[in-house]
Amino acid sequence: MEQVYLDHASATPVRKAVLEAMLPYFGERFANPSTVYDMGSKVKQAMEEQREKVAGLIGAKGKEIIFTSSGAEANNLAIKGVALAHRKKGNHIIISSIEHHSVLNAARFFERMDYEVTFLPVDAFGMVNPEQLREAIRKETVLVSVMHANNEIGTIEPIPEISAVCKEKGVLLHTDAVATVGNIAVNVDDLGVDLLTLSGVSFGAPKGTGALYFRGGLRLMPLIQGGIQESGRRGGTENIPGIIGLGKAAELAVEELPANMKHARELRDRIISGIRKRVEQVKLTGHPENRLPGHASFCVAAIEGEALIFMLSREGIYANTGSACASKALKTSPVLVAIGTEAALAQGSIVFTLAPNNNADEISYLLEKFPPVVERLRAMSPIWKEQTAA
Amino acid sequence: MKFVANQHADDTLDLVCRMCPLHLLEPGEKLACLKKGQVLEVLTDYDGALEDIPAWCEKCGQEFLGIEEDEDCYKLYIKKKK
Repeated sequence: MEQVYLDHASATPVRKAVLEAMLPYFGERFANPSTVYDMGSKVKQAMEEQREKVAGLIGAKGKEIIFTSSGAEANNLAIKGVALAHRKKGNHIIISSIEHHSVLNAARFFERMDYEVTFLPVDAFGMVNPEQLREAIRKETVLVSVMHANNEIGTIEPIPEISAVCKEKGVLLHTDAVATVGNIAVNVDDLGVDLLTLSGVSFGAPKGTGALYFRGGLRLMPLIQGGIQESGRRGGTENIPGIIGLGKAAELAVEELPANMKHARELRDRIISGIRKRVEQVKLTGHPENRLPGHASFCVAAIEGEALIFMLSREGIYANTGSACASKALKTSPVLVAIGTEAALAQGSIVFTLAPNNNADEISYLLEKFPPVVERLRAMSPIWKEQTAA
Repeated sequence: MKFVANQHADDTLDLVCRMCPLHLLEPGEKLACLKKGQVLEVLTDYDGALEDIPAWCEKCGQEFLGIEEDEDCYKLYIKKKK
Protein backbone atom coordinates (compact mmCIF):
# COMPACT_ATOMS: atom_id res chain seq x y z
CA MET A 1 0.00 0.00 0.00
CA GLU A 2 1.47 3.30 -1.09
CA GLN A 3 0.12 5.77 1.42
CA VAL A 4 -2.31 5.57 4.32
CA TYR A 5 -3.02 9.05 5.62
CA LEU A 6 -4.49 9.00 9.13
CA ASP A 7 -3.73 12.54 10.31
CA HIS A 8 -6.83 14.43 9.19
CA ALA A 9 -6.90 16.52 12.38
CA SER A 10 -3.76 18.22 11.01
CA ALA A 11 -5.09 18.73 7.49
CA THR A 12 -7.62 17.26 5.10
CA PRO A 13 -7.10 17.14 1.34
CA VAL A 14 -8.99 19.80 -0.61
CA ARG A 15 -11.88 18.04 -2.31
CA LYS A 16 -12.10 18.07 -6.10
CA ALA A 17 -15.51 19.79 -6.12
CA VAL A 18 -14.15 22.39 -3.69
CA LEU A 19 -11.13 23.13 -5.86
CA GLU A 20 -13.30 23.37 -8.98
CA ALA A 21 -15.62 25.84 -7.26
CA MET A 22 -12.63 27.97 -6.26
CA LEU A 23 -10.80 28.12 -9.58
CA PRO A 24 -12.87 30.87 -11.32
CA TYR A 25 -12.13 33.15 -8.37
CA PHE A 26 -8.41 32.93 -9.10
CA GLY A 27 -9.22 33.87 -12.70
CA GLU A 28 -11.96 35.93 -14.29
CA ARG A 29 -13.87 36.51 -11.01
CA PHE A 30 -10.96 38.28 -9.35
CA ALA A 31 -12.64 41.61 -8.53
CA ASN A 32 -12.64 43.10 -5.04
CA PRO A 33 -16.01 42.42 -3.33
CA SER A 34 -16.03 45.88 -1.72
CA THR A 35 -16.16 47.69 -5.07
CA VAL A 36 -19.44 49.22 -6.27
CA TYR A 37 -19.34 48.10 -9.92
CA ASP A 38 -20.99 44.86 -11.02
CA MET A 39 -17.76 42.82 -11.30
CA GLY A 40 -17.21 43.40 -7.60
CA SER A 41 -20.82 43.10 -6.51
CA LYS A 42 -21.11 39.69 -8.19
CA VAL A 43 -18.12 38.50 -6.15
CA LYS A 44 -19.69 40.02 -3.04
CA GLN A 45 -22.92 38.15 -3.77
CA ALA A 46 -21.01 34.86 -4.17
CA MET A 47 -19.26 35.52 -0.86
CA GLU A 48 -22.57 36.16 0.92
CA GLU A 49 -23.95 32.89 -0.49
CA GLN A 50 -21.00 31.05 1.10
CA ARG A 51 -21.69 32.83 4.39
CA GLU A 52 -25.20 31.35 4.35
CA LYS A 53 -23.81 27.88 3.57
CA VAL A 54 -21.29 28.04 6.42
CA ALA A 55 -24.00 29.35 8.75
CA GLY A 56 -26.27 26.50 7.60
CA LEU A 57 -23.69 23.93 8.63
CA ILE A 58 -23.97 25.06 12.28
CA GLY A 59 -27.60 26.23 12.43
CA ALA A 60 -26.71 29.93 12.46
CA LYS A 61 -27.64 32.98 10.39
CA GLY A 62 -25.30 34.35 7.72
CA LYS A 63 -24.92 37.69 9.48
CA GLU A 64 -23.56 35.84 12.51
CA ILE A 65 -20.50 34.56 10.59
CA ILE A 66 -17.15 36.37 10.31
CA PHE A 67 -14.72 34.81 7.84
CA THR A 68 -11.19 34.49 9.18
CA SER A 69 -7.84 33.15 7.96
CA SER A 70 -7.92 30.10 10.25
CA GLY A 71 -9.35 28.52 13.36
CA ALA A 72 -6.49 30.12 15.29
CA GLU A 73 -7.54 33.61 14.16
CA ALA A 74 -11.17 32.88 15.02
CA ASN A 75 -10.14 31.68 18.49
CA ASN A 76 -8.06 34.84 19.00
CA LEU A 77 -10.93 37.01 17.82
CA ALA A 78 -13.32 35.29 20.22
CA ILE A 79 -11.07 35.60 23.29
CA LYS A 80 -9.54 39.01 22.61
CA GLY A 81 -12.61 40.48 20.93
CA VAL A 82 -14.89 39.65 23.85
CA ALA A 83 -12.39 40.42 26.61
CA LEU A 84 -11.64 43.87 25.17
CA ALA A 85 -15.20 44.79 24.22
CA HIS A 86 -16.57 43.74 27.62
CA ARG A 87 -13.72 45.06 29.79
CA LYS A 88 -16.08 47.29 31.77
CA LYS A 89 -18.03 44.22 32.90
CA GLY A 90 -14.93 42.47 34.24
CA ASN A 91 -11.43 41.12 33.77
CA HIS A 92 -11.75 37.39 34.36
CA ILE A 93 -11.59 34.67 31.68
CA ILE A 94 -12.10 30.94 32.23
CA ILE A 95 -10.75 28.32 29.82
CA SER A 96 -10.28 24.58 30.13
CA SER A 97 -6.76 23.30 30.69
CA ILE A 98 -6.82 21.27 27.45
CA GLU A 99 -7.54 24.06 24.98
CA HIS A 100 -5.68 24.48 21.69
CA HIS A 101 -2.68 26.82 21.84
CA SER A 102 -4.62 29.54 20.02
CA VAL A 103 -7.06 29.72 22.95
CA LEU A 104 -4.49 29.00 25.65
CA ASN A 105 -2.02 31.63 24.46
CA ALA A 106 -4.72 34.21 23.67
CA ALA A 107 -5.87 33.87 27.29
CA ARG A 108 -2.26 34.02 28.57
CA PHE A 109 -1.85 37.26 26.59
CA PHE A 110 -4.39 38.82 28.95
CA GLU A 111 -2.54 37.55 32.02
CA ARG A 112 0.19 40.05 31.08
CA MET A 113 -2.42 42.80 31.29
CA ASP A 114 -4.80 43.41 34.18
CA TYR A 115 -6.89 40.29 33.56
CA GLU A 116 -7.05 37.02 35.47
CA VAL A 117 -7.38 33.62 33.83
CA THR A 118 -8.68 30.44 35.44
CA PHE A 119 -7.64 27.15 33.85
CA LEU A 120 -10.35 24.58 34.55
CA PRO A 121 -9.14 21.06 35.32
CA VAL A 122 -10.49 18.03 33.45
CA ASP A 123 -11.04 14.43 34.56
CA ALA A 124 -9.11 11.35 33.39
CA PHE A 125 -11.12 11.32 30.13
CA GLY A 126 -10.55 15.03 29.52
CA MET A 127 -14.08 16.08 30.50
CA VAL A 128 -14.78 19.48 32.06
CA ASN A 129 -17.07 19.30 35.09
CA PRO A 130 -19.85 21.93 34.80
CA GLU A 131 -20.09 22.14 38.59
CA GLN A 132 -16.41 23.08 38.83
CA LEU A 133 -17.09 25.74 36.22
CA ARG A 134 -19.98 27.08 38.33
CA GLU A 135 -17.60 27.46 41.30
CA ALA A 136 -14.98 29.20 39.15
CA ILE A 137 -17.32 31.89 37.75
CA ARG A 138 -17.08 35.27 39.49
CA LYS A 139 -18.95 38.52 39.00
CA GLU A 140 -15.96 39.79 36.95
CA THR A 141 -16.05 36.80 34.56
CA VAL A 142 -16.62 37.95 30.99
CA LEU A 143 -15.99 34.77 29.02
CA VAL A 144 -15.78 30.99 29.34
CA SER A 145 -14.08 29.03 26.56
CA VAL A 146 -14.31 25.24 26.43
CA MET A 147 -13.53 23.34 23.25
CA HIS A 148 -16.26 21.22 21.68
CA ALA A 149 -13.94 18.25 21.20
CA ASN A 150 -10.26 17.81 21.91
CA ASN A 151 -8.06 17.23 18.88
CA GLU A 152 -5.52 15.11 20.77
CA ILE A 153 -7.75 12.74 22.74
CA GLY A 154 -11.05 13.01 20.84
CA THR A 155 -13.22 13.65 23.90
CA ILE A 156 -16.43 15.59 23.25
CA GLU A 157 -17.14 18.08 26.02
CA PRO A 158 -20.57 18.51 27.66
CA ILE A 159 -21.14 21.92 26.04
CA PRO A 160 -24.96 22.08 26.59
CA GLU A 161 -24.45 21.49 30.33
CA ILE A 162 -21.63 24.04 30.40
CA SER A 163 -23.88 26.47 28.53
CA ALA A 164 -26.64 26.04 31.14
CA VAL A 165 -24.20 27.14 33.87
CA CYS A 166 -22.99 30.11 31.80
CA LYS A 167 -26.56 31.24 31.05
CA GLU A 168 -27.52 30.97 34.71
CA LYS A 169 -24.52 33.12 35.64
CA GLY A 170 -24.87 35.54 32.72
CA VAL A 171 -21.47 34.78 31.21
CA LEU A 172 -20.65 34.45 27.50
CA LEU A 173 -19.56 31.02 26.24
CA HIS A 174 -17.16 30.32 23.36
CA THR A 175 -16.36 26.89 21.98
CA ASP A 176 -13.51 25.94 19.68
CA ALA A 177 -15.28 23.52 17.34
CA VAL A 178 -12.41 23.03 14.87
CA ALA A 179 -12.37 19.30 15.61
CA THR A 180 -16.13 18.87 15.25
CA VAL A 181 -17.62 21.13 12.57
CA GLY A 182 -17.81 19.13 9.35
CA ASN A 183 -17.18 15.89 11.23
CA ILE A 184 -20.21 15.64 13.52
CA ALA A 185 -23.55 17.47 13.64
CA VAL A 186 -23.07 20.87 15.27
CA ASN A 187 -25.87 23.32 16.03
CA VAL A 188 -25.15 26.55 17.89
CA ASP A 189 -28.62 26.65 19.44
CA ASP A 190 -28.44 23.05 20.67
CA LEU A 191 -24.99 23.73 22.13
CA GLY A 192 -26.15 27.06 23.58
CA VAL A 193 -22.93 28.88 22.70
CA ASP A 194 -22.44 32.60 22.03
CA LEU A 195 -19.32 32.14 19.92
CA LEU A 196 -17.99 29.18 17.95
CA THR A 197 -14.78 28.66 15.97
CA LEU A 198 -14.59 26.49 12.87
CA SER A 199 -11.81 25.73 10.40
CA GLY A 200 -12.06 24.70 6.77
CA VAL A 201 -8.95 22.55 6.97
CA SER A 202 -10.92 20.06 9.09
CA PHE A 203 -13.43 19.20 6.36
CA GLY A 204 -12.00 19.44 2.85
CA ALA A 205 -11.62 23.21 2.41
CA PRO A 206 -8.20 24.77 1.83
CA LYS A 207 -5.82 25.96 4.51
CA GLY A 208 -6.19 29.64 5.32
CA THR A 209 -9.95 29.37 5.82
CA GLY A 210 -11.94 29.64 9.02
CA ALA A 211 -14.85 31.44 10.58
CA LEU A 212 -16.14 32.71 13.86
CA TYR A 213 -19.83 32.44 14.71
CA PHE A 214 -20.98 35.15 17.10
CA ARG A 215 -24.55 35.35 18.37
CA GLY A 216 -26.38 38.30 16.78
CA GLY A 217 -25.78 41.62 18.48
CA LEU A 218 -22.74 40.53 20.46
CA ARG A 219 -20.08 43.23 20.75
CA LEU A 220 -16.67 42.10 19.54
CA MET A 221 -13.52 44.23 19.29
CA PRO A 222 -11.84 43.67 15.89
CA LEU A 223 -8.31 42.24 15.84
CA ILE A 224 -7.50 43.64 12.41
CA GLN A 225 -8.39 47.29 12.00
CA GLY A 226 -9.58 48.11 8.52
CA GLY A 227 -12.71 49.25 6.76
CA ILE A 228 -16.08 47.87 5.81
CA GLN A 229 -15.02 44.25 5.28
CA GLU A 230 -16.89 41.69 7.36
CA SER A 231 -19.32 44.45 8.40
CA GLY A 232 -16.55 46.43 10.06
CA ARG A 233 -15.44 43.52 12.26
CA ARG A 234 -12.32 42.36 10.37
CA GLY A 235 -10.28 44.52 8.06
CA GLY A 236 -8.55 43.28 4.90
CA THR A 237 -9.79 42.24 1.48
CA GLU A 238 -11.46 38.89 1.89
CA ASN A 239 -9.80 35.64 0.74
CA ILE A 240 -12.49 35.04 -1.87
CA PRO A 241 -11.21 31.76 -3.39
CA GLY A 242 -10.78 30.36 0.14
CA ILE A 243 -14.24 31.52 1.20
CA ILE A 244 -15.76 29.92 -1.91
CA GLY A 245 -13.94 26.68 -1.00
CA LEU A 246 -15.12 26.88 2.61
CA GLY A 247 -18.72 27.36 1.47
CA LYS A 248 -18.57 24.44 -0.96
CA ALA A 249 -17.01 22.17 1.68
CA ALA A 250 -19.76 23.22 4.13
CA GLU A 251 -22.45 22.42 1.57
CA LEU A 252 -20.95 18.95 0.97
CA ALA A 253 -20.58 18.32 4.70
CA VAL A 254 -24.27 19.03 5.30
CA GLU A 255 -25.22 16.48 2.62
CA GLU A 256 -22.76 13.77 3.61
CA LEU A 257 -22.44 14.06 7.39
CA PRO A 258 -24.62 11.12 8.56
CA ALA A 259 -22.98 8.61 6.20
CA ASN A 260 -19.49 9.97 6.93
CA MET A 261 -19.98 9.71 10.69
CA LYS A 262 -21.12 6.09 10.44
CA HIS A 263 -18.17 5.21 8.18
CA ALA A 264 -15.64 6.95 10.44
CA ARG A 265 -17.06 5.30 13.57
CA GLU A 266 -16.76 1.82 12.06
CA LEU A 267 -13.13 2.40 11.05
CA ARG A 268 -12.29 4.00 14.39
CA ASP A 269 -13.73 1.10 16.35
CA ARG A 270 -11.69 -1.34 14.24
CA ILE A 271 -8.53 0.62 15.02
CA ILE A 272 -9.28 0.75 18.74
CA SER A 273 -10.20 -2.92 19.13
CA GLY A 274 -7.51 -4.07 16.68
CA ILE A 275 -4.64 -2.26 18.38
CA ARG A 276 -5.76 -3.22 21.88
CA LYS A 277 -5.98 -6.86 20.79
CA ARG A 278 -2.63 -6.95 19.01
CA VAL A 279 -0.38 -4.84 21.24
CA GLU A 280 0.04 -5.19 25.00
CA GLN A 281 0.35 -2.22 27.35
CA VAL A 282 -1.49 0.26 25.18
CA LYS A 283 -3.83 2.77 26.77
CA LEU A 284 -6.71 4.42 24.89
CA THR A 285 -6.65 8.13 25.70
CA GLY A 286 -9.81 10.25 25.91
CA HIS A 287 -13.36 9.15 26.51
CA PRO A 288 -14.16 5.55 25.47
CA GLU A 289 -17.67 6.40 24.15
CA ASN A 290 -18.13 10.15 24.10
CA ARG A 291 -15.47 10.78 21.49
CA LEU A 292 -15.16 11.93 17.88
CA PRO A 293 -16.27 9.24 15.41
CA GLY A 294 -13.03 9.48 13.42
CA HIS A 295 -10.57 9.69 16.31
CA ALA A 296 -8.46 6.94 17.91
CA SER A 297 -5.67 7.95 20.28
CA PHE A 298 -3.36 5.88 22.45
CA CYS A 299 -0.33 5.94 24.67
CA VAL A 300 1.99 3.04 23.92
CA ALA A 301 4.17 2.08 26.89
CA ALA A 302 7.97 2.22 26.76
CA ILE A 303 8.43 3.90 23.38
CA GLU A 304 8.63 7.43 22.01
CA GLY A 305 5.68 8.64 19.94
CA GLU A 306 7.99 10.46 17.52
CA ALA A 307 9.93 7.26 16.81
CA LEU A 308 6.66 5.42 16.27
CA ILE A 309 5.45 8.08 13.82
CA PHE A 310 8.74 7.94 11.95
CA MET A 311 8.74 4.14 11.70
CA LEU A 312 5.11 4.08 10.58
CA SER A 313 5.82 6.70 7.94
CA ARG A 314 8.46 4.35 6.49
CA GLU A 315 5.61 1.88 5.98
CA GLY A 316 3.56 4.62 4.29
CA ILE A 317 1.33 5.26 7.32
CA TYR A 318 0.94 8.88 8.43
CA ALA A 319 -0.31 9.65 11.94
CA ASN A 320 0.59 12.15 14.67
CA THR A 321 1.73 12.24 18.26
CA GLY A 322 -0.74 14.93 19.27
CA SER A 323 -1.65 18.30 17.89
CA ALA A 324 0.21 19.31 14.72
CA CYS A 325 1.27 22.55 16.43
CA ALA A 326 2.82 20.86 19.48
CA SER A 327 4.23 17.64 18.06
CA LYS A 328 7.55 19.20 17.03
CA ALA A 329 8.16 20.74 20.47
CA LEU A 330 9.32 17.42 21.99
CA LYS A 331 7.50 18.41 25.14
CA THR A 332 5.02 16.26 27.03
CA SER A 333 1.56 17.12 25.78
CA PRO A 334 -0.22 19.47 28.20
CA VAL A 335 -3.44 17.63 27.34
CA LEU A 336 -2.02 14.27 28.43
CA VAL A 337 -0.63 15.90 31.57
CA ALA A 338 -4.06 17.44 32.31
CA ILE A 339 -5.77 14.04 32.13
CA GLY A 340 -3.22 12.63 34.57
CA THR A 341 -1.17 10.48 32.20
CA GLU A 342 2.09 9.34 33.77
CA ALA A 343 4.99 11.30 32.17
CA ALA A 344 6.78 8.22 30.77
CA LEU A 345 3.61 6.80 29.24
CA ALA A 346 2.69 10.19 27.73
CA GLN A 347 5.88 9.99 25.60
CA GLY A 348 4.31 7.16 23.63
CA SER A 349 1.35 9.17 22.37
CA ILE A 350 -0.10 8.40 18.95
CA VAL A 351 -3.23 9.84 17.32
CA PHE A 352 -5.10 8.50 14.28
CA THR A 353 -7.72 10.79 12.75
CA LEU A 354 -9.91 9.55 9.91
CA ALA A 355 -11.78 11.09 7.00
CA PRO A 356 -14.42 9.76 4.58
CA ASN A 357 -11.76 8.81 2.04
CA ASN A 358 -10.18 6.24 4.38
CA ASN A 359 -11.27 2.65 3.84
CA ALA A 360 -11.27 -0.76 5.52
CA ASP A 361 -8.22 -1.99 3.57
CA GLU A 362 -6.18 0.90 4.93
CA ILE A 363 -7.15 -0.01 8.49
CA SER A 364 -6.22 -3.66 7.86
CA TYR A 365 -2.84 -2.45 6.59
CA LEU A 366 -2.36 -0.31 9.72
CA LEU A 367 -3.27 -3.21 11.99
CA GLU A 368 -0.82 -5.45 10.13
CA LYS A 369 2.09 -2.97 10.32
CA PHE A 370 1.53 -1.42 13.75
CA PRO A 371 2.42 -4.40 16.03
CA PRO A 372 5.81 -5.23 14.44
CA VAL A 373 6.79 -1.54 14.48
CA VAL A 374 6.00 -1.36 18.20
CA GLU A 375 7.86 -4.61 18.75
CA ARG A 376 10.98 -3.30 16.97
CA LEU A 377 10.97 -0.09 18.99
CA ARG A 378 10.42 -1.91 22.25
CA ALA A 379 13.34 -4.22 21.44
CA MET A 380 15.52 -1.08 21.51
CA SER A 381 13.86 0.39 24.59
CA PRO A 382 15.70 0.17 27.93
CA ILE A 383 12.43 0.97 29.71
CA TRP A 384 10.72 -1.97 28.05
CA LYS A 385 13.60 -4.27 28.98
CA GLU A 386 13.35 -3.14 32.62
CA GLN A 387 9.59 -3.64 32.65
CA THR A 388 9.67 -7.09 31.09
CA ALA A 389 12.55 -8.19 33.36
CA ALA A 390 10.55 -7.04 36.40
CA MET B 1 -23.55 69.73 19.32
CA LYS B 2 -27.18 69.04 20.13
CA PHE B 3 -27.84 66.97 23.29
CA VAL B 4 -31.02 65.10 24.24
CA ALA B 5 -32.09 63.11 27.28
CA ASN B 6 -34.48 60.15 27.58
CA GLN B 7 -35.20 60.27 23.86
CA HIS B 8 -37.72 57.64 22.74
CA ALA B 9 -36.52 55.35 19.93
CA ASP B 10 -38.41 52.83 17.80
CA ASP B 11 -35.32 50.78 16.97
CA THR B 12 -31.64 50.56 17.93
CA LEU B 13 -28.54 50.00 15.81
CA ASP B 14 -25.53 48.90 17.86
CA LEU B 15 -22.29 49.91 16.13
CA VAL B 16 -20.05 49.73 19.21
CA CYS B 17 -16.68 48.16 18.26
CA ARG B 18 -17.53 48.38 14.55
CA MET B 19 -15.06 50.17 12.33
CA CYS B 20 -15.46 53.41 10.40
CA PRO B 21 -17.23 53.95 7.99
CA LEU B 22 -19.95 51.49 9.12
CA HIS B 23 -21.66 54.37 10.98
CA LEU B 24 -22.35 55.92 7.57
CA LEU B 25 -23.55 52.73 5.89
CA GLU B 26 -25.79 50.91 8.34
CA PRO B 27 -28.10 53.74 9.54
CA GLY B 28 -29.44 54.10 5.98
CA GLU B 29 -30.20 50.35 5.77
CA LYS B 30 -31.87 50.38 9.18
CA LEU B 31 -33.92 53.51 8.46
CA ALA B 32 -35.23 51.83 5.31
CA CYS B 33 -37.03 49.35 7.60
CA LEU B 34 -38.68 52.11 9.68
CA LYS B 35 -41.78 54.21 8.93
CA LYS B 36 -41.71 57.98 8.39
CA GLY B 37 -41.63 59.76 11.75
CA GLN B 38 -40.05 56.82 13.61
CA VAL B 39 -36.78 57.30 15.51
CA LEU B 40 -33.59 55.27 15.18
CA GLU B 41 -31.09 55.12 18.04
CA VAL B 42 -27.47 54.56 16.91
CA LEU B 43 -24.98 53.35 19.51
CA THR B 44 -21.31 53.99 18.73
CA ASP B 45 -17.96 54.38 20.45
CA TYR B 46 -16.45 56.19 17.44
CA ASP B 47 -15.88 59.90 18.12
CA GLY B 48 -15.94 60.74 14.42
CA ALA B 49 -19.61 59.74 14.30
CA LEU B 50 -20.53 62.80 16.36
CA GLU B 51 -19.79 65.00 13.35
CA ASP B 52 -20.38 62.47 10.59
CA ILE B 53 -23.91 61.39 11.48
CA PRO B 54 -25.47 64.89 11.74
CA ALA B 55 -23.78 65.75 8.42
CA TRP B 56 -25.03 62.50 6.88
CA CYS B 57 -28.60 63.26 8.07
CA GLU B 58 -28.49 66.67 6.44
CA LYS B 59 -27.17 65.25 3.20
CA CYS B 60 -29.73 62.42 3.12
CA GLY B 61 -32.74 64.48 4.22
CA GLN B 62 -33.17 62.82 7.62
CA GLU B 63 -33.63 64.72 10.89
CA PHE B 64 -30.86 64.52 13.46
CA LEU B 65 -32.46 64.81 16.91
CA GLY B 66 -29.36 64.85 19.10
CA ILE B 67 -26.79 62.97 21.14
CA GLU B 68 -26.84 61.41 24.58
CA GLU B 69 -23.59 60.30 26.20
CA ASP B 70 -23.83 56.90 27.87
CA GLU B 71 -21.33 55.14 30.14
CA ASP B 72 -19.61 53.19 27.35
CA CYS B 73 -20.88 54.73 24.11
CA TYR B 74 -22.67 57.62 22.42
CA LYS B 75 -26.35 57.41 21.53
CA LEU B 76 -27.34 59.33 18.43
CA TYR B 77 -30.99 59.79 17.43
CA ILE B 78 -32.26 60.08 13.87
CA LYS B 79 -35.89 60.73 12.91
CA LYS B 80 -36.91 59.26 9.58
CA LYS B 81 -38.20 62.01 7.31
CA LYS B 82 -38.34 60.22 3.98
